[in-house]
Amino acid sequence: MSVPETKIDTKNLPAEIMELQMGPSHPATHGTIKFNLRLEGEKVLDCDVEVGYLHRGFAKSCEQVTWTQVIPYTDRLNYASPLINNVGYAMAVEKLIGAETPPRCQYIRVIVSELSRIFDHLTCCGMASSELGAITAGFYMIEAREMIMRIIENLTGARLTVTYVRIGGLKHDLPQDFADSVNRTFKIIRKLLDDCDRLLSRNRIFIDRMSNIGVISKEKAISYSLTGPILRASGVNYDVRKTNPYLVYDQFDFDVPLGTKGDNYDRFVCRIQEIEQSMKIVEQALKSLPVGPVWIEDPRFVLPDKEKVYNSIEGLMHHFKIIMEGIHVPPGETYFAVEGGNGELGFYLVSDGAGRPYRVRVRPPCFIAMGAFHEMIEGYLLADIVPTFGMINMIGGECDR
Amino acid sequence: MIVDIGIVAIKAFLVLFMVLNLAGLLGWVERKGSALIQDRIGANRASIFGFAGMGLVNTLIADPLKFLTKEDFVPPSGDRFLHTLAPCLALFPALVTFAVIPFGDVLYLGDRVINLQVANLNVGILYIFAMGSLGVYGLVIGAWASNNKFSLLGGVRGSAQMISYEVALGLSVIGILMVYGTLELQEIARGQGALLRELLPESAGFLRATVGWLPAWGIFLQPVAFLLFFTAAVAETKRIPFDLPEAESELVAGSHVEYSGGKFLMFFAGEFAEIVTAAGLMTTLFFGGWQVPYLMRDGFHFPWGASILLPHVAVVLLQVGAFTFKVLFFCWLQILLRWTVPRFRYDQVMRLGWKMLLPVALVNVMITALVVLYMQHNP
Repeated sequence: MSVPETKIDTKNLPAEIMELQMGPSHPATHGTIKFNLRLEGEKVLDCDVEVGYLHRGFAKSCEQVTWTQVIPYTDRLNYASPLINNVGYAMAVEKLIGAETPPRCQYIRVIVSELSRIFDHLTCCGMASSELGAITAGFYMIEAREMIMRIIENLTGARLTVTYVRIGGLKHDLPQDFADSVNRTFKIIRKLLDDCDRLLSRNRIFIDRMSNIGVISKEKAISYSLTGPILRASGVNYDVRKTNPYLVYDQFDFDVPLGTKGDNYDRFVCRIQEIEQSMKIVEQALKSLPVGPVWIEDPRFVLPDKEKVYNSIEGLMHHFKIIMEGIHVPPGETYFAVEGGNGELGFYLVSDGAGRPYRVRVRPPCFIAMGAFHEMIEGYLLADIVPTFGMINMIGGECDR
Repeated sequence: MIVDIGIVAIKAFLVLFMVLNLAGLLGWVERKGSALIQDRIGANRASIFGFAGMGLVNTLIADPLKFLTKEDFVPPSGDRFLHTLAPCLALFPALVTFAVIPFGDVLYLGDRVINLQVANLNVGILYIFAMGSLGVYGLVIGAWASNNKFSLLGGVRGSAQMISYEVALGLSVIGILMVYGTLELQEIARGQGALLRELLPESAGFLRATVGWLPAWGIFLQPVAFLLFFTAAVAETKRIPFDLPEAESELVAGSHVEYSGGKFLMFFAGEFAEIVTAAGLMTTLFFGGWQVPYLMRDGFHFPWGASILLPHVAVVLLQVGAFTFKVLFFCWLQILLRWTVPRFRYDQVMRLGWKMLLPVALVNVMITALVVLYMQHNP
């Protein structure tokens, strides 16, 4: 009897590469983005990121309006931290003008920026954990975020589209009970974060899902010009607040949390630790908040008091010129960057001396991070896309503009 | 004869009624319970004449009505027949498994002796595993018939996961079978009515003195097996942390991404019925089933000598009540777990199943076998 000898080569079983389009309408691709994946089983061979679904023509819109009217548009960039966008844009214009705002204004800008950063990090970490199935921990962070939201609402009158910062100043000063409410809130947030820490950061499943996933090395991170928590998780000490201190950041005592491995867990821990550092900054700033005006004293850029507008022709004309023509920013170009929630948020402005911007270009941190996304995910599994994408915290408004 | 059939039919109806209603009620517990855990309000919108009943109207009336009135969508390129068959295959095993789980001892009605169990099979455990294994078909056929890449991935994950965990599930029960020496669930439940000191040999005098007063429940005799069984049973119900077949963040809804309306409701109800069945099994195998500690057929007999005699009906009611309470506790435990931990990744689930649960289960079986052998030779 002769049985035909069949040799089964288990390593080369016939298999096809599956092409899967994840998004733009998919629970993991919040912010509207599409991943064109090539999968071998569940392993990601190739990931082509398609952005632009939320493109609204931010740069072109800015050229149609006066310098001041751009501010509401910046709210809609990274809508998880609109106040930082406001501050960044206003400071870029102020750099072009060559104006320096009074100390109280600078302190308040620091406070609102840091509140926004807490807000941004809570959103990012909360969403990432709830996508991993830890919905309860996510809700705890959302609860903490809601408290920050209340403070911001109390301060600016809006929850999301704040439009609080002005070129050369602020819309108005802080409300009476601001410091008290912030301190009260921070106490609760610290407790909530402690709960999340016990529920999540030391949970074995969570650590297994996050650590050694989406790793990007120091060199790669720099070569892709990543910034923010992603870069710092890879161990590069780069924080715009420390390297190019703006506002009064150099007067505060705070640390820049660094990671070592550059994986998702480091990113998560970096963000959670940055929340604590931000709270420290806000508390210091509230303690040493100087008294004084919040506007620069330059009639070319500042609206006159209502009393003057209604009672004198000079005041009325002054008001009319600024509103109708816009402030006249001296010709020139500039780049100014602040540390946004997700990294270096830069504004490149060109002025031709008219009342409207000639060109506004934003350097969005998460757009650049999405450029490196394929590096982070290739070779990992399909399920790893969720935490990796979650820890980038891509915000559609900022990425696609 | 007719009366006998009638009694069985009543028992079957009663159990089915209880399981299905409990499944519905669990939907409410899940929604309101998760709201409680997460500092939310939870379902409270739907009401009848202003009566929302803590969201009960929402989850027990409005939700099913909504599901049943939705469009029953079948993907144009899917297989219409299999697509319809799959939810039935998913729901059926979950419902029939409960038939062999005893919910009480015996009820004397006149000169009739009614065994409080729908079907007293002498291979009860095997029947449960047989039916449990059928559950995977509903999932895989549904996923394949949908002709969708996401559901295909979910189906593949689901089949691998359920088959892997059935191994650990089966092996974890072997210890219990050896200890009580039977495959019949009613006998296992009866065996747990004894006290530990009655089982322990004379030589283990210290143990008899310290823990001898405990009832001989499975959890005390086979604690490791309980942990294994609990883990594997949660994995079989396909819920967080093992909800990989439907992992909503990466696979949208995985195996039932193309299901809507009544068919989705069937999958949904099947999942909750599985929770109830898993809770029933945990109760029966490890927590004494319908046993109330120290409750014999004629009343309480405490280990320190005191006794309270009770009428027969009270004893039966206590037993059924205890069983229901334990089942509800384990249902709640599973829901609590689902809202506490994150989801595993596919390969991590496989690793846990094959590299941790399986070896531990094998070691547990070996040690149990040695102990049982030793006790048989040294009574």
